[in-house]
Amino acid sequence: MLKKRIIPCLDVKDGRVVKGINFLNLRDAGDPTEQALFYSNSGADEITFLDITATSDNRESMLSVIETTASKCFVPLTVGGGIRTVNDIDKFLRIGADKVSINSSAVLNPKLINEGSRIFGNQCIVVAIDAKKNTSEKDKWNVYTHGGRKDTGIDAVIWAMEAEERGAGEILLTSMDKDGTKKGFDIGLTKKISSSVSIPVIASGGVGTLEHLADGIILGNASAVLAASIFHFGEFSITEAKKHLYSKGIDVRMDYEQ
Amino acid sequence: MTDISIVDYGSGNLKSVYNSVKLCCDNKHSSSKIRVTSNKKTIDNSTHLILPGVGSFKSCVNGLKNKGILFETIYDNISSKGKPFLGICVGMQMLFSEGYEDGKTNGLGLIPGKVTKINPKHHNYKIPHIGWNNLFLKNTHPFLNTLEKNGLTFNKMQPNAYFVHSYSCKPEDKKHVILSTDYSEEISAMVAKENILGTQFHPEKSHTFGLNFLKSFLSWNPE
Repeated sequence: MLKKRIIPCLDVKDGRVVKGINFLNLRDAGDPTEQALFYSNSGADEITFLDITATSDNRESMLSVIETTASKCFVPLTVGGGIRTVNDIDKFLRIGADKVSINSSAVLNPKLINEGSRIFGNQCIVVAIDAKKNTSEKDKWNVYTHGGRKDTGIDAVIWAMEAEERGAGEILLTSMDKDGTKKGFDIGLTKKISSSVSIPVIASGGVGTLEHLADGIILGNASAVLAASIFHFGEFSITEAKKHLYSKGIDVRMDYEQ
Repeated sequence: MTDISIVDYGSGNLKSVYNSVKLCCDNKHSSSKIRVTSNKKTIDNSTHLILPGVGSFKSCVNGLKNKGILFETIYDNISSKGKPFLGICVGMQMLFSEGYEDGKTNGLGLIPGKVTKINPKHHNYKIPHIGWNNLFLKNTHPFLNTLEKNGLTFNKMQPNAYFVHSYSCKPEDKKHVILSTDYSEEISAMVAKENILGTQFHPEKSHTFGLNFLKSFLSWNPE
Protein backbone atom coordinates (compact mmCIF):
# COMPACT_ATOMS: atom_id res chain seq x y z
CA MET A 1 0.00 0.00 0.00
CA LEU A 2 1.29 3.47 -0.85
CA LYS A 3 1.82 5.34 2.39
CA LYS A 4 0.39 8.76 3.14
CA ARG A 5 3.34 11.07 3.63
CA ILE A 6 4.18 13.45 6.45
CA ILE A 7 6.40 16.30 5.30
CA PRO A 8 7.93 18.75 7.78
CA CYS A 9 8.68 22.12 6.25
CA LEU A 10 11.74 24.13 7.25
CA ASP A 11 11.59 27.87 6.73
CA VAL A 12 15.06 29.10 5.86
CA LYS A 13 16.32 32.67 5.93
CA ASP A 14 19.90 33.55 5.00
CA GLY A 15 20.82 29.87 5.23
CA ARG A 16 19.44 29.50 8.76
CA VAL A 17 16.25 27.84 9.99
CA VAL A 18 13.64 30.22 11.33
CA LYS A 19 11.37 28.80 14.04
CA GLY A 20 13.39 25.59 14.25
CA ILE A 21 13.03 22.76 16.73
CA ASN A 22 14.03 24.67 19.82
CA PHE A 23 13.61 22.10 22.56
CA LEU A 24 16.14 19.60 21.39
CA ASN A 25 19.73 19.32 22.31
CA LEU A 26 20.88 20.09 18.83
CA ARG A 27 24.34 21.49 18.68
CA ASP A 28 23.05 24.22 16.44
CA ALA A 29 19.27 24.61 16.31
CA GLY A 30 19.50 27.02 13.38
CA ASP A 31 21.36 24.60 11.15
CA PRO A 32 19.01 23.33 8.42
CA THR A 33 21.03 20.16 7.85
CA GLU A 34 20.89 19.12 11.51
CA GLN A 35 17.16 19.72 11.59
CA ALA A 36 16.63 17.79 8.38
CA LEU A 37 18.67 14.87 9.71
CA PHE A 38 16.73 14.88 12.92
CA TYR A 39 13.46 14.74 10.97
CA SER A 40 14.58 12.06 8.53
CA ASN A 41 15.84 9.87 11.36
CA SER A 42 12.56 10.27 13.18
CA GLY A 43 10.44 9.19 10.22
CA ALA A 44 9.79 12.21 8.00
CA ASP A 45 8.84 10.84 4.59
CA GLU A 46 10.24 13.86 2.77
CA ILE A 47 11.55 17.25 3.78
CA THR A 48 10.68 20.62 2.27
CA PHE A 49 12.86 23.71 2.53
CA LEU A 50 11.28 27.03 1.94
CA ASP A 51 13.50 30.03 1.33
CA ILE A 52 11.46 32.78 2.93
CA THR A 53 13.73 35.58 1.86
CA ALA A 54 14.22 34.31 -1.65
CA THR A 55 16.10 37.25 -3.03
CA SER A 56 18.79 36.50 -5.53
CA ASP A 57 21.43 37.36 -2.92
CA ASN A 58 20.25 34.41 -0.89
CA ARG A 59 20.27 31.91 -3.72
CA GLU A 60 23.84 30.91 -2.94
CA SER A 61 23.15 30.29 0.75
CA MET A 62 20.15 28.09 -0.11
CA LEU A 63 22.18 26.14 -2.66
CA SER A 64 24.77 25.46 0.00
CA VAL A 65 22.05 24.38 2.48
CA ILE A 66 20.70 21.86 -0.02
CA GLU A 67 24.14 20.64 -1.03
CA THR A 68 25.18 19.94 2.56
CA THR A 69 21.85 18.37 3.49
CA ALA A 70 21.75 16.12 0.43
CA SER A 71 25.15 14.72 1.33
CA LYS A 72 23.88 13.50 4.71
CA CYS A 73 20.14 13.10 4.52
CA PHE A 74 18.77 10.32 2.32
CA VAL A 75 15.10 11.09 1.94
CA PRO A 76 13.53 13.20 -0.82
CA LEU A 77 14.24 16.92 -0.53
CA THR A 78 12.08 19.67 -2.00
CA VAL A 79 13.17 23.27 -2.23
CA GLY A 80 10.91 26.26 -2.78
CA GLY A 81 11.07 30.03 -2.73
CA GLY A 82 12.42 32.29 -5.42
CA ILE A 83 12.78 29.71 -8.18
CA ARG A 84 12.08 31.64 -11.34
CA THR A 85 13.87 30.03 -14.26
CA VAL A 86 14.82 26.68 -15.75
CA ASN A 87 18.37 27.54 -14.80
CA ASP A 88 17.33 27.91 -11.12
CA ILE A 89 15.64 24.49 -11.26
CA ASP A 90 18.71 22.95 -12.86
CA LYS A 91 21.02 24.35 -10.18
CA PHE A 92 18.99 22.94 -7.30
CA LEU A 93 18.49 19.52 -8.87
CA ARG A 94 22.17 19.22 -9.71
CA ILE A 95 23.17 19.98 -6.17
CA GLY A 96 20.98 17.25 -4.72
CA ALA A 97 17.38 18.50 -4.47
CA ASP A 98 14.82 16.01 -5.76
CA LYS A 99 11.99 18.44 -6.44
CA VAL A 100 11.49 22.15 -6.75
CA SER A 101 8.37 23.97 -5.72
CA ILE A 102 7.34 26.91 -7.86
CA ASN A 103 4.65 29.37 -6.87
CA SER A 104 4.41 32.98 -8.04
CA SER A 105 6.77 32.39 -10.95
CA ALA A 106 4.52 29.59 -12.26
CA VAL A 107 1.55 31.96 -12.26
CA LEU A 108 3.52 34.77 -13.90
CA ASN A 109 5.17 32.44 -16.39
CA PRO A 110 3.17 29.19 -16.73
CA LYS A 111 5.53 27.95 -19.45
CA LEU A 112 8.08 27.40 -16.69
CA ILE A 113 5.99 24.35 -15.69
CA ASN A 114 6.06 22.97 -19.25
CA GLU A 115 9.76 23.59 -19.72
CA GLY A 116 10.73 22.32 -16.28
CA SER A 117 8.81 19.08 -16.66
CA ARG A 118 9.97 18.53 -20.23
CA ILE A 119 13.64 18.93 -19.31
CA PHE A 120 13.75 17.39 -15.83
CA GLY A 121 10.63 15.20 -15.72
CA ASN A 122 7.29 16.01 -14.13
CA GLN A 123 8.25 14.12 -10.94
CA CYS A 124 10.40 17.04 -9.82
CA ILE A 125 8.04 19.92 -10.58
CA VAL A 126 5.79 20.79 -7.65
CA VAL A 127 3.40 23.66 -8.27
CA ALA A 128 2.64 25.46 -5.02
CA ILE A 129 -0.75 27.15 -4.88
CA ASP A 130 -1.65 29.71 -2.23
CA ALA A 131 -5.43 29.88 -2.24
CA LYS A 132 -7.86 32.12 -0.39
CA LYS A 133 -11.64 32.03 -0.28
CA ASN A 134 -13.39 34.16 -2.84
CA THR A 135 -15.49 36.51 -0.74
CA SER A 136 -18.25 36.94 -3.29
CA GLU A 137 -18.70 33.38 -4.55
CA LYS A 138 -19.31 30.34 -2.37
CA ASP A 139 -16.97 27.33 -2.76
CA LYS A 140 -14.55 29.32 -4.87
CA TRP A 141 -10.97 30.11 -4.05
CA ASN A 142 -8.60 32.56 -5.70
CA VAL A 143 -4.91 32.06 -6.33
CA TYR A 144 -2.66 34.48 -4.46
CA THR A 145 0.97 35.21 -5.25
CA HIS A 146 3.87 37.03 -3.61
CA GLY A 147 3.52 35.28 -0.29
CA GLY A 148 -0.23 35.69 -0.23
CA ARG A 149 -0.22 39.44 -0.74
CA LYS A 150 -1.51 39.62 -4.28
CA ASP A 151 -4.88 38.34 -5.50
CA THR A 152 -4.51 37.14 -9.08
CA GLY A 153 -8.25 36.67 -9.55
CA ILE A 154 -7.50 33.20 -10.94
CA ASP A 155 -9.72 30.34 -9.75
CA ALA A 156 -7.61 27.89 -7.74
CA VAL A 157 -9.33 24.77 -9.13
CA ILE A 158 -8.85 25.89 -12.72
CA TRP A 159 -5.23 26.80 -12.01
CA ALA A 160 -4.55 23.40 -10.41
CA MET A 161 -5.96 21.67 -13.49
CA GLU A 162 -3.90 23.86 -15.78
CA ALA A 163 -0.76 23.15 -13.74
CA GLU A 164 -1.36 19.40 -14.15
CA GLU A 165 -1.99 19.81 -17.86
CA ARG A 166 1.27 21.73 -18.20
CA GLY A 167 3.25 18.98 -16.51
CA ALA A 168 3.24 19.50 -12.74
CA GLY A 169 3.94 16.27 -10.85
CA GLU A 170 2.33 17.39 -7.60
CA ILE A 171 0.33 20.27 -6.14
CA LEU A 172 1.37 21.80 -2.82
CA LEU A 173 -1.83 23.46 -1.68
CA THR A 174 -1.82 26.09 1.04
CA SER A 175 -4.94 27.76 2.38
CA MET A 176 -4.17 31.40 3.09
CA ASP A 177 -7.30 31.59 5.25
CA LYS A 178 -6.05 28.80 7.50
CA ASP A 179 -2.29 29.25 7.40
CA GLY A 180 -0.99 30.14 10.86
CA THR A 181 -4.40 29.72 12.54
CA LYS A 182 -3.83 26.21 13.93
CA LYS A 183 -7.50 25.54 13.17
CA GLY A 184 -6.90 22.82 10.60
CA PHE A 185 -6.68 22.58 6.82
CA ASP A 186 -9.32 24.10 4.59
CA ILE A 187 -10.94 20.73 3.93
CA GLY A 188 -13.38 22.03 1.32
CA LEU A 189 -10.53 23.47 -0.72
CA THR A 190 -8.31 20.39 -0.33
CA LYS A 191 -11.07 18.02 -1.32
CA LYS A 192 -12.10 20.15 -4.28
CA ILE A 193 -8.58 20.40 -5.70
CA SER A 194 -7.75 16.77 -5.00
CA SER A 195 -10.84 15.55 -6.84
CA SER A 196 -10.15 17.87 -9.79
CA VAL A 197 -6.63 16.65 -10.60
CA SER A 198 -5.13 13.19 -11.04
CA ILE A 199 -1.72 14.13 -9.58
CA PRO A 200 -1.00 13.95 -5.82
CA VAL A 201 -2.03 16.91 -3.64
CA ILE A 202 -0.04 17.90 -0.55
CA ALA A 203 -2.23 19.71 1.98
CA SER A 204 -0.72 22.64 3.88
CA GLY A 205 -1.70 25.52 6.12
CA GLY A 206 -3.45 25.50 9.46
CA VAL A 207 -2.33 22.34 11.23
CA GLY A 208 -2.62 22.67 15.01
CA THR A 209 -3.42 19.13 16.11
CA LEU A 210 -2.74 15.57 14.97
CA GLU A 211 -6.42 15.21 14.18
CA HIS A 212 -6.00 17.96 11.59
CA LEU A 213 -3.42 15.83 9.78
CA ALA A 214 -5.85 12.89 9.69
CA ASP A 215 -8.65 15.18 8.45
CA GLY A 216 -6.50 16.39 5.55
CA ILE A 217 -6.03 12.82 4.40
CA ILE A 218 -9.41 11.27 5.20
CA LEU A 219 -11.71 14.22 4.52
CA GLY A 220 -9.52 16.25 2.17
CA ASN A 221 -8.24 13.22 0.23
CA ALA A 222 -4.68 14.58 0.31
CA SER A 223 -1.78 12.24 -0.57
CA ALA A 224 0.53 13.98 1.86
CA VAL A 225 0.38 16.55 4.64
CA LEU A 226 2.89 19.31 5.22
CA ALA A 227 3.31 21.10 8.53
CA ALA A 228 5.84 23.36 10.14
CA SER A 229 5.08 24.71 13.60
CA ILE A 230 3.52 21.63 15.25
CA PHE A 231 6.77 19.78 14.66
CA HIS A 232 9.19 22.65 15.15
CA PHE A 233 7.97 23.67 18.54
CA GLY A 234 8.08 20.13 19.78
CA GLU A 235 4.35 19.87 20.34
CA PHE A 236 4.38 16.58 18.48
CA SER A 237 7.00 14.29 17.03
CA ILE A 238 6.73 12.77 13.56
CA THR A 239 6.32 9.37 15.22
CA GLU A 240 3.42 10.62 17.34
CA ALA A 241 1.81 12.00 14.21
CA LYS A 242 2.27 8.69 12.40
CA LYS A 243 0.89 6.69 15.29
CA HIS A 244 -2.16 8.91 15.36
CA LEU A 245 -2.76 8.53 11.62
CA TYR A 246 -2.28 4.79 11.92
CA SER A 247 -4.88 4.66 14.71
CA LYS A 248 -7.30 6.29 12.26
CA GLY A 249 -6.74 3.54 9.73
CA ILE A 250 -4.33 5.53 7.55
CA ASP A 251 -1.37 3.67 6.07
CA VAL A 252 1.89 5.31 7.12
CA ARG A 253 5.53 4.22 6.99
CA MET A 254 6.61 2.99 10.41
CA ASP A 255 9.57 0.73 9.62
CA TYR A 256 12.17 3.50 9.99
CA GLU A 257 12.17 2.61 13.69
CA GLN A 258 13.67 -0.80 13.16
CA MET B 1 39.15 -2.84 -4.55
CA THR B 2 35.73 -1.65 -5.52
CA ASP B 3 35.78 0.75 -8.44
CA ILE B 4 32.35 2.23 -8.99
CA SER B 5 31.26 4.11 -12.08
CA ILE B 6 28.08 6.16 -11.90
CA VAL B 7 27.16 6.81 -15.50
CA ASP B 8 26.81 10.50 -16.35
CA TYR B 9 24.70 11.26 -19.38
CA GLY B 10 23.08 14.50 -18.23
CA SER B 11 20.46 12.94 -15.97
CA GLY B 12 19.57 15.10 -12.98
CA ASN B 13 19.96 13.09 -9.80
CA LEU B 14 23.61 12.03 -10.06
CA LYS B 15 24.55 13.94 -6.94
CA SER B 16 22.12 12.05 -4.71
CA VAL B 17 23.31 8.72 -6.07
CA TYR B 18 26.94 9.77 -5.62
CA ASN B 19 26.30 10.99 -2.05
CA SER B 20 24.61 7.77 -0.99
CA VAL B 21 27.26 5.54 -2.58
CA LYS B 22 29.96 7.64 -0.94
CA LEU B 23 28.37 7.22 2.47
CA CYS B 24 28.23 3.43 1.94
CA CYS B 25 31.91 3.40 0.97
CA ASP B 26 32.98 5.68 3.84
CA ASN B 27 31.40 3.27 6.28
CA LYS B 28 33.43 0.25 5.24
CA HIS B 29 37.09 -0.49 5.64
CA SER B 30 38.25 -1.50 2.18
CA SER B 31 39.20 1.25 -0.21
CA SER B 32 36.87 2.22 -3.02
CA LYS B 33 36.83 4.60 -5.92
CA ILE B 34 33.64 6.32 -6.99
CA ARG B 35 33.50 8.12 -10.27
CA VAL B 36 30.71 9.99 -12.00
CA THR B 37 31.69 9.46 -15.60
CA SER B 38 30.83 9.12 -19.26
CA ASN B 39 34.33 7.93 -20.18
CA LYS B 40 34.49 4.53 -21.89
CA LYS B 41 37.85 3.59 -20.39
CA THR B 42 36.77 4.46 -16.85
CA ILE B 43 33.58 2.47 -17.25
CA ASP B 44 35.48 -0.48 -18.77
CA ASN B 45 37.88 -0.48 -15.81
CA SER B 46 35.20 -0.25 -13.14
CA THR B 47 34.09 -3.21 -11.04
CA HIS B 48 30.53 -1.95 -10.42
CA LEU B 49 28.29 0.07 -12.69
CA ILE B 50 25.33 2.25 -11.67
CA LEU B 51 22.97 3.82 -14.19
CA PRO B 52 20.69 6.45 -12.59
CA GLY B 53 17.84 8.02 -14.46
CA VAL B 54 15.10 10.58 -14.04
CA GLY B 55 12.93 12.18 -16.69
CA SER B 56 11.40 10.36 -19.64
CA PHE B 57 12.49 7.02 -21.12
CA LYS B 58 13.05 8.71 -24.46
CA SER B 59 15.13 11.59 -23.11
CA CYS B 60 17.31 9.19 -21.08
CA VAL B 61 17.94 6.85 -24.05
CA ASN B 62 18.73 9.90 -26.19
CA GLY B 63 21.01 11.19 -23.44
CA LEU B 64 23.01 7.95 -23.53
CA LYS B 65 23.15 7.95 -27.33
CA ASN B 66 24.18 11.59 -27.52
CA LYS B 67 27.24 10.83 -25.43
CA GLY B 68 28.95 9.02 -28.28
CA ILE B 69 29.45 5.34 -27.67
CA LEU B 70 28.00 5.34 -24.15
CA PHE B 71 24.98 3.23 -25.11
CA GLU B 72 27.22 0.52 -26.60
CA THR B 73 29.75 0.79 -23.76
CA ILE B 74 27.07 0.12 -21.18
CA TYR B 75 25.59 -2.71 -23.19
CA ASP B 76 29.01 -4.28 -23.56
CA ASN B 77 29.95 -3.90 -19.88
CA ILE B 78 26.71 -5.45 -18.71
CA SER B 79 26.27 -8.22 -21.25
CA SER B 80 29.65 -9.60 -22.28
CA LYS B 81 31.77 -8.42 -19.33
CA GLY B 82 29.15 -9.58 -16.80
CA LYS B 83 29.84 -6.71 -14.43
CA PRO B 84 27.55 -6.10 -11.43
CA PHE B 85 25.09 -3.53 -12.70
CA LEU B 86 22.39 -1.48 -10.99
CA GLY B 87 19.88 0.58 -12.96
CA ILE B 88 17.79 2.98 -10.88
CA CYS B 89 14.31 4.17 -11.93
CA VAL B 90 14.58 5.08 -15.64
CA GLY B 91 18.04 3.47 -15.45
CA MET B 92 16.18 0.21 -14.76
CA GLN B 93 13.53 0.89 -17.38
CA MET B 94 16.18 1.34 -20.09
CA LEU B 95 17.26 -2.29 -19.58
CA PHE B 96 14.05 -3.34 -21.31
CA SER B 97 13.37 -3.81 -25.01
CA GLU B 98 11.13 -0.80 -25.48
CA GLY B 99 9.53 2.13 -23.68
CA TYR B 100 6.32 3.94 -24.56
CA GLU B 101 6.86 7.34 -22.93
CA ASP B 102 6.77 10.13 -25.57
CA GLY B 103 6.26 7.50 -28.28
CA LYS B 104 8.00 4.16 -28.71
CA THR B 105 11.76 4.09 -28.04
CA ASN B 106 14.06 1.10 -28.04
CA GLY B 107 15.98 0.46 -24.84
CA LEU B 108 19.09 -1.64 -24.19
CA GLY B 109 17.03 -4.81 -24.63
CA LEU B 110 18.91 -6.76 -21.95
CA ILE B 111 15.65 -7.87 -20.34
CA PRO B 112 12.84 -8.69 -22.77
CA GLY B 113 9.74 -6.62 -22.05
CA LYS B 114 8.01 -3.28 -22.25
CA VAL B 115 7.78 -0.11 -20.16
CA THR B 116 4.24 1.24 -20.20
CA LYS B 117 2.19 3.83 -18.31
CA ILE B 118 0.56 2.79 -15.05
CA ASN B 119 -3.14 2.50 -15.73
CA PRO B 120 -4.96 3.34 -12.48
CA LYS B 121 -8.22 1.54 -11.87
CA HIS B 122 -9.58 4.29 -9.67
CA HIS B 123 -9.31 8.08 -9.39
CA ASN B 124 -7.78 7.69 -5.92
CA TYR B 125 -4.63 6.23 -7.50
CA LYS B 126 -2.82 9.43 -8.33
CA ILE B 127 -0.14 9.40 -11.02
CA PRO B 128 2.86 9.76 -10.61
CA HIS B 129 3.10 7.00 -8.02
CA ILE B 130 4.96 9.10 -5.43
CA GLY B 131 5.98 7.97 -1.97
CA TRP B 132 6.87 5.00 0.18
CA ASN B 133 5.50 1.59 -0.70
CA ASN B 134 6.02 -1.99 0.46
CA LEU B 135 8.24 -4.50 -1.30
CA PHE B 136 6.95 -8.03 -1.80
CA LEU B 137 9.12 -11.02 -2.64
CA LYS B 138 8.13 -12.60 -5.96
CA ASN B 139 11.06 -14.69 -7.15
CA THR B 140 14.46 -15.73 -5.98
CA HIS B 141 17.84 -14.46 -7.17
CA PRO B 142 21.38 -14.84 -5.75
CA PHE B 143 21.50 -11.12 -4.88
CA LEU B 144 18.87 -11.76 -2.19
CA ASN B 145 21.56 -13.61 -0.20
CA THR B 146 23.74 -10.52 -0.25
CA LEU B 147 20.79 -8.40 0.85
CA GLU B 148 20.14 -10.82 3.70
CA LYS B 149 23.74 -10.47 4.89
CA ASN B 150 23.01 -6.76 5.24
CA GLY B 151 19.86 -7.39 7.21
CA LEU B 152 17.35 -7.01 4.40
CA THR B 153 14.78 -9.79 4.15
CA PHE B 154 11.38 -9.87 2.53
CA ASN B 155 9.72 -13.02 3.84
CA LYS B 156 8.20 -11.81 7.07
CA MET B 157 8.30 -8.10 6.44
CA GLN B 158 7.67 -5.93 3.43
CA PRO B 159 10.06 -3.01 3.85
CA ASN B 160 9.17 0.41 2.45
CA ALA B 161 11.09 2.05 -0.36
CA TYR B 162 10.63 5.42 -2.05
CA PHE B 163 9.06 5.47 -5.51
CA VAL B 164 8.41 8.24 -7.97
CA HIS B 165 7.33 7.20 -11.46
CA SER B 166 4.43 7.05 -13.90
CA TYR B 167 5.65 4.18 -16.09
CA SER B 168 6.38 0.62 -15.05
CA CYS B 169 8.34 -2.36 -16.40
CA LYS B 170 6.53 -5.41 -17.75
CA PRO B 171 9.06 -8.21 -18.31
CA GLU B 172 7.99 -10.94 -20.75
CA ASP B 173 9.31 -13.50 -18.32
CA LYS B 174 7.76 -12.96 -14.89
CA LYS B 175 10.67 -14.69 -13.17
CA HIS B 176 12.78 -11.57 -13.74
CA VAL B 177 10.60 -9.74 -11.19
CA ILE B 178 12.26 -10.29 -7.82
CA LEU B 179 10.39 -7.69 -5.78
CA SER B 180 7.08 -6.07 -6.55
CA THR B 181 4.92 -3.35 -5.09
CA ASP B 182 1.19 -2.70 -5.34
CA TYR B 183 -0.27 0.44 -6.81
CA SER B 184 -3.54 -0.23 -8.57
CA GLU B 185 -1.62 -3.00 -10.34
CA GLU B 186 1.39 -5.14 -9.51
CA ILE B 187 4.47 -3.05 -10.24
CA SER B 188 7.97 -4.43 -10.84
CA ALA B 189 9.97 -2.90 -7.98
CA MET B 190 13.20 -4.83 -8.50
CA VAL B 191 14.12 -6.89 -11.54
CA ALA B 192 17.18 -9.09 -11.91
CA LYS B 193 18.78 -11.26 -14.52
CA GLU B 194 22.18 -12.74 -13.72
CA ASN B 195 24.54 -9.77 -13.03
CA ILE B 196 21.89 -7.19 -13.93
CA LEU B 197 19.79 -5.50 -11.24
CA GLY B 198 17.22 -2.79 -11.66
CA THR B 199 15.14 -0.94 -9.08
CA GLN B 200 12.10 1.15 -9.80
CA PHE B 201 12.42 2.60 -6.31
CA HIS B 202 15.19 5.02 -5.41
CA PRO B 203 17.61 3.38 -2.95
CA GLU B 204 19.47 6.70 -2.69
CA LYS B 205 16.27 8.26 -1.28
CA SER B 206 15.05 5.31 0.79
CA HIS B 207 16.85 6.20 4.02
CA THR B 208 18.30 3.28 6.02
CA PHE B 209 16.71 0.60 3.85
CA GLY B 210 18.07 2.22 0.71
CA LEU B 211 21.59 2.65 2.06
CA ASN B 212 21.68 -1.01 3.11
CA PHE B 213 20.46 -1.95 -0.35
CA LEU B 214 23.28 0.04 -1.98
CA LYS B 215 25.81 -1.37 0.45
CA SER B 216 24.69 -4.85 -0.60
CA PHE B 217 25.12 -4.01 -4.25
CA LEU B 218 28.63 -2.64 -3.70
CA SER B 219 29.68 -5.84 -1.94
CA TRP B 220 28.00 -8.08 -4.51
CA ASN B 221 30.12 -10.39 -6.57
CA PRO B 222 27.83 -12.27 -8.96
CA GLU B 223 29.05 -15.67 -9.95
